[in-house]
Amino acid sequence: MYEIDAKGVYYRDLNERVRKAIREHHKDIVLHNVCGQYYIGCGLNDRDVKLTINGVPGNDLGAFMNGPTIIVNDDAQDGIGNTMNGGKIVVYGNAGDVVAYSMRGGKIFIEKDVGYRACIHMKAYKEMNPTVVIGGCSGAFMGEYMAGGTLILLGLTKRDDKPLTGIYLATGMHGGKIFIRGSVDERMLWSEAVIVSPTKEEMKKVKSEVKEFCNLFKIDYNKVMDEEFVKVAPKSTRPYGHLYIPGP
Amino acid sequence: MKWMKNLKTYVPPSFVVERDDYRCIRCKACVEQCSFDATFYDEDEDRVWNWDANCVGCDRCAAICPTEAITVRRADPTYRYNHNWNGHIDSIKKRAIFGGTPVVSMGNDRPYPIYWDHMLLNASQVTNPSIDPLREPMELKTFLGRKPDSLDISDDALKTKLAPQLELEIPIMFAAMSYGALSYNVIEALGRAAKEMGTYYNSGEGGLNKDHYKFKGNIIVQVASGRFGVHKDYLDVGSAIEIKIGQGAKPGIGGHLPGEKVSETISETRMMPQGSDALSPAPHHDVYSIEDLRQLIYALKEATEYKKPVAVKIACVHNVAAISSGIARAGADIIVLDGFKGGTGASPQVIRDNIGLPLEVSLAVVDERLRQEGIRQYVSIVASGGIRNSMDVVKAIALGADAVYIGTAALIAIGCTMCQQCHTGKCAWGISTQDPHLSKRVNPDISSKRLINLLEVWALEIKETMGAMGINSIESLRGNRLNLRGVGLNEKELEILGILPAGE
Repeated sequence: MYEIDAKGVYYRDLNERVRKAIREHHKDIVLHNVCGQYYIGCGLNDRDVKLTINGVPGNDLGAFMNGPTIIVNDDAQDGIGNTMNGGKIVVYGNAGDVVAYSMRGGKIFIEKDVGYRACIHMKAYKEMNPTVVIGGCSGAFMGEYMAGGTLILLGLTKRDDKPLTGIYLATGMHGGKIFIRGSVDERMLWSEAVIVSPTKEEMKKVKSEVKEFCNLFKIDYNKVMDEEFVKVAPKSTRPYGHLYIPGP
Repeated sequence: MKWMKNLKTYVPPSFVVERDDYRCIRCKACVEQCSFDATFYDEDEDRVWNWDANCVGCDRCAAICPTEAITVRRADPTYRYNHNWNGHIDSIKKRAIFGGTPVVSMGNDRPYPIYWDHMLLNASQVTNPSIDPLREPMELKTFLGRKPDSLDISDDALKTKLAPQLELEIPIMFAAMSYGALSYNVIEALGRAAKEMGTYYNSGEGGLNKDHYKFKGNIIVQVASGRFGVHKDYLDVGSAIEIKIGQGAKPGIGGHLPGEKVSETISETRMMPQGSDALSPAPHHDVYSIEDLRQLIYALKEATEYKKPVAVKIACVHNVAAISSGIARAGADIIVLDGFKGGTGASPQVIRDNIGLPLEVSLAVVDERLRQEGIRQYVSIVASGGIRNSMDVVKAIALGADAVYIGTAALIAIGCTMCQQCHTGKCAWGISTQDPHLSKRVNPDISSKRLINLLEVWALEIKETMGAMGINSIESLRGNRLNLRGVGLNEKELEILGILPAGE
């Protein structure tokens, strides 16, 4: 284990120290006293590296990342997993806005709630198939422009007076799958997506991801699976095709 | 009959194909070459016919005809002349018939003023000598990137740590045009020409085909709101990274590669599912402010360990000067200004034809604003959008640009006739298409040679003009507006362009 005390360290120096540690073949790196430093894990490529963050990391955690595992033992801020290509991020707490923007591969597990615009423009290709599991609730515009991948929202923190997702759920969705535990208010949806029941095959995937989630956060799997899941699916892979005609 | 007219969807043809039946030898080359179904052969009559309504005026058939039997000409307007409604009648009809908004391509084709053609360059006479570029050294080398406020040279060595720079042998680069918009062979030709000429081509927002990684050292990679094909290897292969905020042909709106153009290889390069629309959101959803832009710029710098300059490309819009100031302060190394005449592979016509600012004006105000604020050295400025010839390049540099991008001009060099049908994916010249039958019409050997010729000739023309002005380094021309005089411009236009009227 290689430890770095991040207290008062400027983000650029901190990230350089992380890169240096990786260059020196350290595989298990722990950052203590992290307080809002940007871009931790940004652009890292090494699959067998594990970064543990004690404290709250700053924006763009794991942006363009392609390999490592990041464990956050606190809340995370905005833009985690931005354009992420591979690897894993686990957040023991809440995350901010634009989680997993344009994410293309790897997995993100968030114990509690996320902010606005989670998983927008997530995409998939061949073996690349990103998965995001959110234990709590989400803000507006979740899954906007979604083109691929799997998003599972469990709503474990849902309060009776608050909705599970924000408004404009899955606007412009044209690929991928969103699974939501419990029910979704149809009024939250825009016109490009519909609510359907997941198939048996799809539930297999959901179950395996939920199992991993429950193991990570020490949550009773059976209790989580007690409730039904609904699937939000795109109506078309070409939602706006009809709006345009060839010009002169 | 295949060419039966449908009265319900009739709009008069824009072109008429005239065929000299005496010259026509029925070789059917034109039938084979027309990708717009405007030409077909009738076996019963042994005649080649045209369906003028489908003709886009690309001139491919006329070019290929071995006996010069074909002439394509613009159709005369058929309706009663009406200055006010001219052109709008068909436009309304199309919307009403098909229920969609027309998508067009290439740059704005409306008759807005062209300021380049209202500026004249200076030359030396008597009081200072002109220079002959054929016999004297002439420097076009350009470095793009952040420049230091001052240089510390001690012990015979440069002590100041310089920010990463792009080194250009000529101040002309190939603008962002994606694989998807353009065919494989065109990208190949652009890459080879950039390598040969010591300049760069821009990958556009559609990612980079694995085969083109060989152009490392001459590629600028683009990161747009869709983040297509953006990953670690892609960022690493670029000599610079360009964040595309906007495009001159479609300021403020996102990109939209129609699902039918997302073939297997495009899907592989873009890293998204085959057949679905490739939608680039209108904004980057992680950039809602200058502060957020700074965050994205530095995210890219972190991901590439501060080894590459980061450019930010914006469309020229009303507050372009203030926005550029923000971009310079946000940490960008290069600002790309894309004027409203810039091209596109597809844009709604209303947007292309009505939004933006002229490049000339934008360049002048941005350069002036950054100078006034004392931050011009923070960024290099690349002018883009409607650069048609080498003198546009010279005038752009004199107005304050460090270098220019050419897009349409490069395509013309390899055969484009500007029929503006890129959005259909049917380009008969094989340029803006993914149809393998069509795209093989571009031969990368010939095309790259033509691009090299164009750049070499422009470089010579630039040198000759500089020589005439008595300038032997492009550095001395940069922002040198004293070498420009305006003709036919009003006082306010001259003031904004920062140039004197002819005679003053």
